[in-house]
Amino acid sequence: MSANLSLTQLVAVPVAPLVGAIVAGLFGKQIGRANAHRITILGVAIAFVLSFMTLLSVVNDGAHFSGTVYEWMNAGGLKMEVGFLIDGLTAMMMCVVTFVSLMVHVYTIGYMEEDPGYQRFFSYISLFTFSMLMLVMSNNFLQLFFGWEAVGLVSYLLIGFWFKRPTAIFANLKAFLVNRVGDFGFILGIGLIASYTHTLNYGEAFDAFTKNSALALSTVPFTSWSLITATCICLFIGAMGKSAQFPLHVWLPDSMEGPTPISALIHAATMVTAGIFMVTRMSPLFELSDTALSFVLIIGSITALFMGFLGIIQNDIKRVVAYSTLSQLGYMTVALGLSAYPVAVFHLMTHAFFKALLFLAAGSVIMGMHHDQDIRNMGGLRKYMPVTYWTSLIGSLALIGTPFFAGFYSKDSIIDAAYASHLYGATFAQWSVTAGVFVTAFYSFRMFFLVFHGEERFHHKPFPPEVDGPEPELEEDDSHGHGDHGHAVAHAAHDEHAHGAHGHDDHGHGDHTPHESPWVVTGPLIALAIPSAVIGGWTIKSMLYGGFFGSGVVWNSEAHPAMEELAKEFNEKGGAIGMGLHAFASLPFILAALGVAVSYWFYIISPSIPAVVGRALKPLITILENKYYFDWFNENVLAAGARLLGRGLWKGGDLGLIDGLFVNGSARLVGVFAGIVRLVQTGHLYWYALVMILGVFGLLTWQLGPYLQSVVLGVAH
Amino acid sequence: MNIGDVSLAHYLTLGGMLFALSVVGIFLNRRNLIVLLMAIELMLLAVNMNFVAFSHYLPLAQDRMAGQVFVFFILTVAAAESAIGLAILVVLFRNRATIAADELDALKG
Repeated sequence: MSANLSLTQLVAVPVAPLVGAIVAGLFGKQIGRANAHRITILGVAIAFVLSFMTLLSVVNDGAHFSGTVYEWMNAGGLKMEVGFLIDGLTAMMMCVVTFVSLMVHVYTIGYMEEDPGYQRFFSYISLFTFSMLMLVMSNNFLQLFFGWEAVGLVSYLLIGFWFKRPTAIFANLKAFLVNRVGDFGFILGIGLIASYTHTLNYGEAFDAFTKNSALALSTVPFTSWSLITATCICLFIGAMGKSAQFPLHVWLPDSMEGPTPISALIHAATMVTAGIFMVTRMSPLFELSDTALSFVLIIGSITALFMGFLGIIQNDIKRVVAYSTLSQLGYMTVALGLSAYPVAVFHLMTHAFFKALLFLAAGSVIMGMHHDQDIRNMGGLRKYMPVTYWTSLIGSLALIGTPFFAGFYSKDSIIDAAYASHLYGATFAQWSVTAGVFVTAFYSFRMFFLVFHGEERFHHKPFPPEVDGPEPELEEDDSHGHGDHGHAVAHAAHDEHAHGAHGHDDHGHGDHTPHESPWVVTGPLIALAIPSAVIGGWTIKSMLYGGFFGSGVVWNSEAHPAMEELAKEFNEKGGAIGMGLHAFASLPFILAALGVAVSYWFYIISPSIPAVVGRALKPLITILENKYYFDWFNENVLAAGARLLGRGLWKGGDLGLIDGLFVNGSARLVGVFAGIVRLVQTGHLYWYALVMILGVFGLLTWQLGPYLQSVVLGVAH
Repeated sequence: MNIGDVSLAHYLTLGGMLFALSVVGIFLNRRNLIVLLMAIELMLLAVNMNFVAFSHYLPLAQDRMAGQVFVFFILTVAAAESAIGLAILVVLFRNRATIAADELDALKG
């Protein structure tokens, strides 16, 4: 293939999943379950193959594409169009999205086997793939925003996939509302760019700022805010919503109400990284504002460390992974703040593989445990689920940054970059990313040991099961022969998370021996485990230091030298292998090893310790259990305040002023006036006649009066 | 032609008195619509009186007939109007069983 990419090929990438989504969504009943997954998998597979070909030609031939596919409209010189910008960043994102999506599609065949919403689910995840591809392939802000909102919509639909569960509905509404806050900032940022540069095209907008220093130095009217800082912070607020950064992170843990495959695809690997991708794409703008970068850095540091703490006390297997996702997204954001954009995207890529792997493995465990999600009820699953065990181990090792695994290269680069920066907030970032390593290792292996090692607690189930699965009445027709579920008893035994699913205690599974999952589940695990292990060391040189991103990602190497420092260090250590070997003596590795050791000690050697520590640190644990009281604050201050304001405006503004004064008031005024006037209308003929005669008399007097006067006076003379 | 001491002013005064009588007749009458019709006739007679008087006192003899011809038209119209008015009254009486002006207030708002 030449250096020019074929437009047909590029258009086919997002269209193939879209066709699959439409067919499976609209004709799901007619084509049946098997055909629904066949056609959607075919669509995503086509997209993946074409994306991979695109990546190859970008890497090998330096291919590049930037152009309009379709012009939608031209409003006052502002072109609104569908266009593609294909460079290293986009091609890599396309491959990650389509690969993880393909794996999740295959996995879903096994995970959702008994679900009545099978075709709907496949339609949604294919639609998600389409939306995400539109987002990453865009060459303009409008299409970016379209993709941004479309992935948000699909995320909403999928969190609430089991729409009969009140908690799922609550969670998807929460995700949608929190994302609205972020999107509000995002659209303000786009609006600022559109109004000052008069274009929505990336390249033209960036040129307007970078080549026109007057624009870059100007301020927002009526304020003293720098225009570029305001724009960048507005855009970043959008990224905070989508990528779940503090304080807009609250929706991500709750999104675990959705089925596990989408937690892997949307809420770990791809959609939540859209914010990271977007900031990287906007790097020419962010480079102009140190203030905005500091803001990004501090938000990322807070997220990286404090969300990790929350992962330590979670007992739901998916929530542990969800908090780890939050923390890792924080790491990526830190890298963005340090101007180490390639490192952020590099971590994005490695994280997509190992976090999708961890989520899918968690889903496999959940299936093996008959939809019980509480890790305190597990233990010793290693011998029952060997494939899941080994793939989880690879994922966890990658996550904690074990040398030579994928996560090591990206995470270690972030930590090194933090030490190379002199930006305001960099010291805080250094502390938090370094401490985060210990925390990550601790909660990852806490989960790992609790699930796969130690005592086999699933025989007696000390805790009411957390449940992930379709509504119980939908399960009735599956093949287990449950008989009577004992609704009332099961309900009474459940805590708030169990939401009406029946403990499978009644299901006649005997002592719930866990079982390994079918090949459609383990296959994707293995396929994801391979890149989780090797992709970091394999690609670090070309991605970070080989000019892979070309001119698409820029940084000011004088003011923000992180990338140059990293490159120097990388070469001194002697490449990827040398970096791994050097790491064994470094602080992050020691912290990670310490984290694993502590969790081994706490949960395998002497399992009584966590309770003792918990009692000793009671106030701290209470804060963590309440997630720093963010939900409380949001529900009781922000939501209640908004409702109070809304009620005030409704009662005062809408009912009082508009309805009362303007609408009903004007009608009432007319009524009162008419009531007075109607008294004149007696209905008696003689009155009308009298009024008419008096009127004629008056009119004549008025008209003829002066003439008569002159006549009379004339006669008198 | 001379009619003694009776001048134009006398005739006009008589016409005005007749007109005033008929107006008072219209709005003082509360009971009977027939009286109202009669008052209208009286009003037309007052107008006729003015026509005749003015035409009689015109300076040129050949002009004097015009006003009196007009009186015939008015009388004809008045007769037609009375016929129609009485016919309406009959229908009204059949429907409402009354012709008292006071009770006919269906126009009231």
